[in-house]
Amino acid sequence: MARNVSTRRKVVVTVVAWTIGILIFFPILWTFLTSFKSEAEAIASPPSLLFFDWTTENYFEVQSRSNYFRHFMNSVVVSFGSTLIGLVIAIPSAWAMAFSPTKRTKDVLMWMLSTKMMPSVGVLVPMYLMFRNTGLLDTRTGLVIVLTLINLPIIIWMLYTYFKEIPGEILEAARMDGASLSKEIIYVLTPMAIPGIASTLLLNIILAWNEAFWTLNLSAAKAAPLTAFIASYSSPEGLFYAKLSAASTMAIAPILILGWFSQKQLVRGLTFGAVK
Amino acid sequence: MGSITLSKVSKVFGAHAVIPSIDLDINNGEFVVFVGPSGCGKSTLLRLIAGLEDVSDGDIVIDGKNATELPPAQRGLSMVFQSYALYPHMSVRSNIAFPLKMAGEDKAVIDKKVADAARVLNLTDYLDRKPRQLSGGQRQRVAIGRAIVRQPKAFLFDEPLSNLDAALRVNMRLEISQLHQDLKTTMIYVTHDQVEAMTMADKIVVLNRGRIEQVGSPLELYHKPDNLFVAGFIGSPRMNFVNGAAAAAHQAHTMGIRPEHLALSKDSGAWQGTVGVAEHLGSDTFLHVNVDGIGTVTARVSGDFAVTHGDRVFLTPDPQRVHRFDDKGLAIR
Amino acid sequence: MATLHTRSAARLMIAPSVLLLLAWMIVPLALTIYFSFLRYNLLMPGMEEFAGFSNYSYFLTDPAFFQAIFNTLAIVLGVLFITVIGGIALALLLDQPMFGQGIVRILVIAPFLIMPTVAALVWKNMFMNPVNGLFAWVAKLFGLQPFDFLANAPLLSVILIVAWQWLPFATLILLTALQSLDEEQKEAAQMDGAGAWSRFIYLVLPHLSRAITVVILIQTIFLLSVFAEILVTTNGGPGTQSTNLTFLVYAQALLQFDVGGASAGGIIAVILANIVAFFLMRMIGKTLEA
Repeated sequence: MARNVSTRRKVVVTVVAWTIGILIFFPILWTFLTSFKSEAEAIASPPSLLFFDWTTENYFEVQSRSNYFRHFMNSVVVSFGSTLIGLVIAIPSAWAMAFSPTKRTKDVLMWMLSTKMMPSVGVLVPMYLMFRNTGLLDTRTGLVIVLTLINLPIIIWMLYTYFKEIPGEILEAARMDGASLSKEIIYVLTPMAIPGIASTLLLNIILAWNEAFWTLNLSAAKAAPLTAFIASYSSPEGLFYAKLSAASTMAIAPILILGWFSQKQLVRGLTFGAVK
Repeated sequence: MGSITLSKVSKVFGAHAVIPSIDLDINNGEFVVFVGPSGCGKSTLLRLIAGLEDVSDGDIVIDGKNATELPPAQRGLSMVFQSYALYPHMSVRSNIAFPLKMAGEDKAVIDKKVADAARVLNLTDYLDRKPRQLSGGQRQRVAIGRAIVRQPKAFLFDEPLSNLDAALRVNMRLEISQLHQDLKTTMIYVTHDQVEAMTMADKIVVLNRGRIEQVGSPLELYHKPDNLFVAGFIGSPRMNFVNGAAAAAHQAHTMGIRPEHLALSKDSGAWQGTVGVAEHLGSDTFLHVNVDGIGTVTARVSGDFAVTHGDRVFLTPDPQRVHRFDDKGLAIR
Repeated sequence: MATLHTRSAARLMIAPSVLLLLAWMIVPLALTIYFSFLRYNLLMPGMEEFAGFSNYSYFLTDPAFFQAIFNTLAIVLGVLFITVIGGIALALLLDQPMFGQGIVRILVIAPFLIMPTVAALVWKNMFMNPVNGLFAWVAKLFGLQPFDFLANAPLLSVILIVAWQWLPFATLILLTALQSLDEEQKEAAQMDGAGAWSRFIYLVLPHLSRAITVVILIQTIFLLSVFAEILVTTNGGPGTQSTNLTFLVYAQALLQFDVGGASAGGIIAVILANIVAFFLMRMIGKTLEA
């Protein structure tokens, strides 16, 4: 009897949860479907969910009209570039703070986090002017620099929480076993640190890919990553729903897939290790 | 070989002297146990010998060579950690082989030594597993395997059994003792458990608040404790301490008498009291007796002694076995 | 190897990050402060002069400023309200045994991974558009007049879009926290005679408090500077009805080219954020240490 009740309950929960899940996901699904419609079908009333003439024309159209691929590459270069440079700077710092902490380590970490609290708009004007005067405006290099700086605290925090979990005794064991510092790093530390570094990398690519304050304000036609490119659809051109949808689908698909693979690390990274 | 000498070794963290100043000689082939309550500095002392911590002052001499400034790897010591500290991403084989690989040994030599160690430690069937696939006792043996393959001058053990359950702990205790018999290598073993110390050691070093309270063989410490601390720490159940008139009767500020040195009787004796709790183990009986005018005293008799809560009993301390201490807690001999 | 030379090596390893962040914190901010005391318009180069506090008094007496402060708070509080309540409900739902839990999780997380400009445009055009949007179609289906969200309720529309983006974040974190609740504790409470509601109030909610704090902290940081969603949907309008502080400063700087005024606005934004941050950091410090 009890078993029956719990199965019925499970079915009810399943139906409710799936309904809510699909509702939340619906705008994305709808964008995806619309990207395969003709412009006329995209605004047809009543709208059709699945039964329309599927076409991939919009994707080619978007590319040929606005050189979509260049903006895509801008996004790739800016997000990967800023993340990799950030890692190179952050790994030694996080490492030192995790493995030879001092009384001030906690303060330094909190201070780093506090730089994230400064609203970007507070430094928009000088950044814009500095970039204009040094020719960094609307360049990939400029965006890489800014995104590296704004995500550096998050990278350091994430790495710190991962490194912190590597037990110190294992490193001491390696030392007792006669490993020099370089061998200790190659054979013991790196293999144990790689999962944490990989999650950090993943999360930061997601954050950098979707960053939409500096990319919108510091880029124009040439270096515009997808965030800025898509924003240009807010003009009347945005009424071409099918093409907007195709451009959007391509912009969000890679990150959606990356994000789905790294759900667990997402929580950890975004909460600076406070929730695991 | 493996003789180790500490002279005036001290360790200061900030303003706090964890170890004020210690002198100690450890002879080649000895099994030395550092024992004391938690926070007494025994682990720190071991880590100073290992080279994992820098000494603040003093010298550590290993085999006649001053090793104070040497990094851990060059001291020729092996260590078994409390958490075992196995490399989680390596197989058992690679874990045991790691120190040899670091020393740049031949592949063939490494394989042979690993196989030998695995056979001794009953790990042959597990060589290709990862540490997480092993039980606690097996992990412990891998850690020991990793320590023995380098044929160190001395082994350092940092509370190696504290993560094991009681039955396994007894087994591993025997295995480590057996290992010492076979290898005849110096071993330094840190524990807070006086039973481990008594059963395994050639020489026990009792530590308290960073100072050595007494050094000696297990039976020396049992029979001739230098002070109240050692008297109370070594032996189970604990020695009874009695102050006041009863102690004065033995010309002492405090008199100590071990539970097993109290004669029990239902008819007559020096002290009279009421049984509080009686623990019947079969082989022994532990009685917690509320002695009139003295307080709670623990007594131990072998075999069964048929009394229960509330019964009146008589206790008589064996005069040959009474320990006498002065008002500073030092033994009067 | 807690030795002296590793300690100085550690300092050396931390130095690049600290120096970069220090520079990032100080240099632009110092320039903003400097500019905020100048009369400086990009359309009139070479006319810079010291202006005292006039930029500040101009900015602070601008009615748009108070509107922007109100809108900023409305966005932060509105989105927090929706996402925390909704997140707790969703997390409790997803924590139940069901078929295809993993897939539902994936569906629910998705909006968080969508770039803000895409999210805003999709909602603006394909859902909220009064002619071609899906909402208009649904309204007509019921014989109602389509509602022009962005013209008639711009702030609410922005709040809804942003809440849609952040609901997954709250849900995911609360769900993770929920799953770490000890099963034996729940059973003990059941043995003690606690009903579902009491278990939620006395057991689940206290257990979630840390995660809820974290959600509020982190979302506040991001929500204080919502920008792309406003830029793409309403452009701050109509009038200044959906302009928040970030957008106001942006408009002053890059639409009106008033460097001095925008800088003063930026400094005010920094001060306000610091007041909020002061309390947040104290909370986060406590939560992270616990």
